[in-house]
Amino acid sequence: MRDVAIIGVGMTNCGELWEQSLRDLFVEAALGAIDDAGVDHIDSMYVGCMSSGLFVGQEHIGPLMADYLGMGPVPATRVESACASGSVALRTGMLEVASGANDIVLVGGVEKMTDVGGDEATYALATAADQELEVYHGITFPGLYAMIARAHMETYGTTLEDLSWVSVKNHRHGALNPKAQFPHEFTLEQVMNSTPVADPLRLLHCSPVSDGAAAVLLCPLDQAKKYTDQPIKILGTGQATSPMALADRKDPAFLDSVQLSAERAYSMADVGPGDIDVAEVHDCFAISEICCIEALGLVERSQAAGAAASGLTAIGGRIPVNTSGGLKAKGHPVGATGIAQIIEIFEQLRGESDARQVQGARLGLAQNMGGSGASSVVHILERIE
Amino acid sequence: MVVSPQWLIPKEQPMAVGIVGYGACIPKHRIKVEEIAKVWGADAPSYKKGLQLREKSVPAPDQDVITLSVEAARNAVMRAGDNFDPASIGAIYIGSESHPYAVKPSGTVVGEALGVGPDVHVADFEFACKAGSEGMFVAANLVKAGAIEYGLAIGADTSQGAPGDALEYSASAGAAAYIMGAKKLVATIDHTFSFTTDTPDFWRREYEHYPQHAGRFTGEPAYFKHTMGATKGILDQTGAKPGDFDFAVFHQPNGKFPMRVGKMLGFKREQIETGWLVPTLGNTYSGASPLGLTAVLDVAKPGNKIMMCSYGSGSGSDSFILTVKDRITEVQNKAVTTRSLLDDNPIYLEYGAYAKFRHKILKAD
Repeated sequence: MRDVAIIGVGMTNCGELWEQSLRDLFVEAALGAIDDAGVDHIDSMYVGCMSSGLFVGQEHIGPLMADYLGMGPVPATRVESACASGSVALRTGMLEVASGANDIVLVGGVEKMTDVGGDEATYALATAADQELEVYHGITFPGLYAMIARAHMETYGTTLEDLSWVSVKNHRHGALNPKAQFPHEFTLEQVMNSTPVADPLRLLHCSPVSDGAAAVLLCPLDQAKKYTDQPIKILGTGQATSPMALADRKDPAFLDSVQLSAERAYSMADVGPGDIDVAEVHDCFAISEICCIEALGLVERSQAAGAAASGLTAIGGRIPVNTSGGLKAKGHPVGATGIAQIIEIFEQLRGESDARQVQGARLGLAQNMGGSGASSVVHILERIE
Repeated sequence: MVVSPQWLIPKEQPMAVGIVGYGACIPKHRIKVEEIAKVWGADAPSYKKGLQLREKSVPAPDQDVITLSVEAARNAVMRAGDNFDPASIGAIYIGSESHPYAVKPSGTVVGEALGVGPDVHVADFEFACKAGSEGMFVAANLVKAGAIEYGLAIGADTSQGAPGDALEYSASAGAAAYIMGAKKLVATIDHTFSFTTDTPDFWRREYEHYPQHAGRFTGEPAYFKHTMGATKGILDQTGAKPGDFDFAVFHQPNGKFPMRVGKMLGFKREQIETGWLVPTLGNTYSGASPLGLTAVLDVAKPGNKIMMCSYGSGSGSDSFILTVKDRITEVQNKAVTTRSLLDDNPIYLEYGAYAKFRHKILKAD
């Protein structure tokens, strides 16, 4: 397999982008990546998107986006793996370049979630859970993650305060991110006293409904210097699955797919969790950041719950996590999230993160998952000296 | 600088038009946010905090847009003065989204009740929550044009909120009436400005009982865009600044929006508070900003400057700049004040009685 590099990135703001449609969002991000890399063509493209059908009634968005981007007739493929759609698209595009099938591949992710009301968005998102075993009984995603949080509290003694520190920390980071949907800080008290959503989760433990798109351009590492002085190498990729239904898992408080996808990525990259300088993980709910950092091995299991409170995962801490503000503060346009995480790591490794910069970051990790952890993808990126 | 020839300069100043009399009507009944939240298993503190609203008015079974309008208009007639003859009113415009009839005007009934007509132009207006200020805009400008001597403009609603919907916590009832003219003014209307686009954030289709809304889309691209547009527009045209006003009244669908838009525009809380009735009144839709203005006029002093800005979904805002005249002090106590209607002896309902009053439950035949 050939080594693969990221040579350009583009991203919209995250938020309630009332003036932009699904295609507008994708085209803005994709043109940003194309301009950034300065390529004069692309060989193929992938679009990560969870549910354009339920959110805006549009399927078949591969060719639609190629057309509106002015890139037809290149091959264009939509990739879906719920909230992990973006990173599965990246993995697919990366494997296409690595295989030698194509050289310049655009990978984007997009979601337009605010054209529907809250109930419809909740319904659309819940299609990522097991319809027969979970959704049929009335389960929604806040409910599933509330059960994971309960199990974690029961097993490891995690507290409401631990969960709340994750949100406080991520909003501190997000307040420094101009693309964030909610660039505001919150106090621990504000988080703990926010509106109850699904006990024990409160409003400020939950990521928002967002519009947004993100895109990256890939090419073989040995061609990357043609386009940029600072390509970022994709050192490792790993993907794994777990049972869809929480009830079918060995331990509902542990995300096996996250651990397994990380092991595969670490193995391919030939690094360990201790080598990672900065990480973006899938904090769709505060509890998931705690579960993810322990499954990724970024912190000891006993330290995971208190990692945000102790400053371990803050900028300036031993392993800064979600410097973008995470899904919580930056926003969670589900199909775009995996690519947006990659862009945060890309910029960190290039030293372009301004106030959020993790000094000297060389190795970065992005972890993105679908549903309540039935799918997980980990990418490890490396700065090229 | 171009100097106009002498013959082009009008001999007289344009006629000053404005408010001759004003009046309010607010039902006696109230329901608290807690009482509604209890029924739906909702979190009352977060509704109260989110909406900055504690309770809302509820129309009695015998109150509708017509009866509320008549009562508000009678108060306006009282303030218009002892010698004011309702028969001199040349136009009646009632703005509402809860006219009792889909076909058959409210204004005709109100006119008969007041002794107006038959030589009168009558129209019912509808533009979601902006219909009341529309009537004010048209009546004042017809007076200005010299087409009528006096015009009666009313904003009134018995607003609908579907059971369990977020709107149920705020949709309330009330009316404000204004007699516009050019003589014996209590306040002049110095300038008007309208800002309108096609923005479908809230609607009720024909034959539907309750409106639908586009959730958070009703905020930034709808309410805020239009109230900001109308206020900035009138400030730009007149050269006025937020600090020039003693009072500002913004459409108040909840407690939060008018305070937030005021802050965004550079108004201070103290300028807005007098006309900010929503925390205990709820959202009276077409009556909302006109009622806020009645509360301001009740306490205003001669020379005070007032900014008023309505908002109607669909969407549009009308803004007005008013200057209070000396006559205000003679009329403030000639009819019941809005604060008194709001604060004195409310009757609190439980959800069951409220549901009956609002025809959410019906007695079997």
